[in-house]
Amino acid sequence: MDKKVMATEEQLAYAKLLDSGMKTGLLILIVTFAVYMSAVLTPHVPVEELPNYWKMPVHKYLAAADIHPGWAWLGMLGKGDFLNFIGIAFLAGVTIPCYIRIIPILFAKKDTTYGIIAIIEVLVLALAASGILKAGGH
Amino acid sequence: MARKHVKFIALAVVFFAVLITAGYVFASGVPLAAVPAAANSAVPWWAWPLILFIVTFFMGIVAVLGGVGGGVLFVPIIGGFFPFHIDFVRGAGLLVALAGALAAGPGLLKKGMADLRLAIPVAVIASSCAIVGAMIGLALPAKTVNIALGGTILGIVGIMLLAKKSEYPDVPKADNLSTVLRITGVYHEVSTGQDINWKIHRTPQGLATFIVIGIMAGMFGLGAGWANVPVLNLMMGAPLKVSVATSKFLLSITDTSAAWIYVNNGAVLPMMVVPSIIGIMLGSIVGVRILTRTKPAAVRYIVIAMLLFAGSRAMLKGLGIWT
Repeated sequence: MDKKVMATEEQLAYAKLLDSGMKTGLLILIVTFAVYMSAVLTPHVPVEELPNYWKMPVHKYLAAADIHPGWAWLGMLGKGDFLNFIGIAFLAGVTIPCYIRIIPILFAKKDTTYGIIAIIEVLVLALAASGILKAGGH
Repeated sequence: MARKHVKFIALAVVFFAVLITAGYVFASGVPLAAVPAAANSAVPWWAWPLILFIVTFFMGIVAVLGGVGGGVLFVPIIGGFFPFHIDFVRGAGLLVALAGALAAGPGLLKKGMADLRLAIPVAVIASSCAIVGAMIGLALPAKTVNIALGGTILGIVGIMLLAKKSEYPDVPKADNLSTVLRITGVYHEVSTGQDINWKIHRTPQGLATFIVIGIMAGMFGLGAGWANVPVLNLMMGAPLKVSVATSKFLLSITDTSAAWIYVNNGAVLPMMVVPSIIGIMLGSIVGVRILTRTKPAAVRYIVIAMLLFAGSRAMLKGLGIWT
C-alpha cells in the first residue's frame, strides 16, 4: 500500500488548474456585475422590477419575464443581467476541466479504477451542465 | 504579499460595485419613491442586494468563527427573512457554498490536507445524487421545501450539539474496499511536527450515506459540510483535519452538479448571487483574521442559536403559522 507524505501528481495538477480557474471565474463575475450595475448594457429584466420577480417561484418568473431556461442565456449576452452568467457558468464549470486534466495522469500511473471513476464524474457533471435535465413545475 | 493584493483588489472592486449601484440609482434622476417597487414593499429594489451584501459579509465572519460553511447559514436565514422565493435562495446558496469551496480547494489540495483519493469515489456518488436532489427540490412546492428545510436545519442543530469529533479515530484495519481503492495517506501535522499515517474503514457504509447527503445538498442548496465531516471522521475514520479539508473540497464537486440544475432551470438571479458571493468571501477573510487571534467558543453557540431560530422560522413558514 503506497503512502504519501506529499500531495500526489494528480492532486497538484488538479489544484493548479482549479486555482487559476477559480480566480478567473471570480474576476469575470465581479467585472460582469460591475457592467450590470453601471447600466452600460440594458438588462432584460429592469432592475427596478426585480422585486416583482424574485418573490415568484422560478417557473412563474420564467414565464412572466419571458426567459427561456437552459443555455438560452448565451443568446442574451448583450443584456446586462445575462452577461453575469458567463462568470456563474465559469465557476460552475471549472471542476470539469480539472477532472479532464487528471484522467491521463491516472491512466499513465496505471490507476485504471480511478481513471474510470474520473471519466464517470466528467460525464455526470457534463450531464448536469447540459441542460437536458428539467425539473418539474410546482 | 500576493494574498494581500488579492484582498485589496477584491475590497476595491466591491467598494466600486456598491458605489456604482448607488450612483446608478441616484443618477437616474428618478425619485426613489417613484421607482416601482414590489406591490406591498416600501423598500427600494437596490436596498435588498445592499442589505444582502452586508448580511452575508457578517455571515462569512460568523461562519468561520463558528466552524460551519456559509451555505448552511445562508439558505435558512436569507430564505426566512428576505423577500426572495426559496427557489432563488437555494440557487444562490449553492453558488455561495460552491464559490467558498472553490476558493479553499487549491490550498487544501496543495498542502495535502484534502485528499483527492478519498474525495473522488465519494464525489461521484454525492454529485450524482445532488442532481436528483436538486430536481426533486425544484419540483416540490415551496411549503413542502420549507417544512423539510426547517426539519433538516433543526437536525443539523442536533448534530452540532451532540456529535463528537475524533482528532485521530482508531481504525484497527482498513476495509477491503478502501484497500482496493488505496485510500490511505500521510499528512504533516504542523502543531506537533509529526507525520500522521491514516487509513479508513466502513467504506461501503460511508459511500452509501453520501447518497442521502448528496440528495439533501441538492434539494436544499445548503452545502453539506455539516454532514460530510461526521461521516468522513466518525464513520469512515479519517483524521479530523483530513475530514474537514476533504469535505470542503468535496463541496466544490457536489455543489457543481446541483448548481447546474438550478442555473439551467432559471433559479439563479445575478442580483442575489453576486453580492452574496462577494459578501460571504470578504466576511470569511475577515473571519479568518479574527480566528488567528482568538477563538471565542461562544460563537459556536451563537451559530447554533441562529440556526435554531432560522430552522424554526422555515418550518413555521412552511406550515403557514409564521408567513
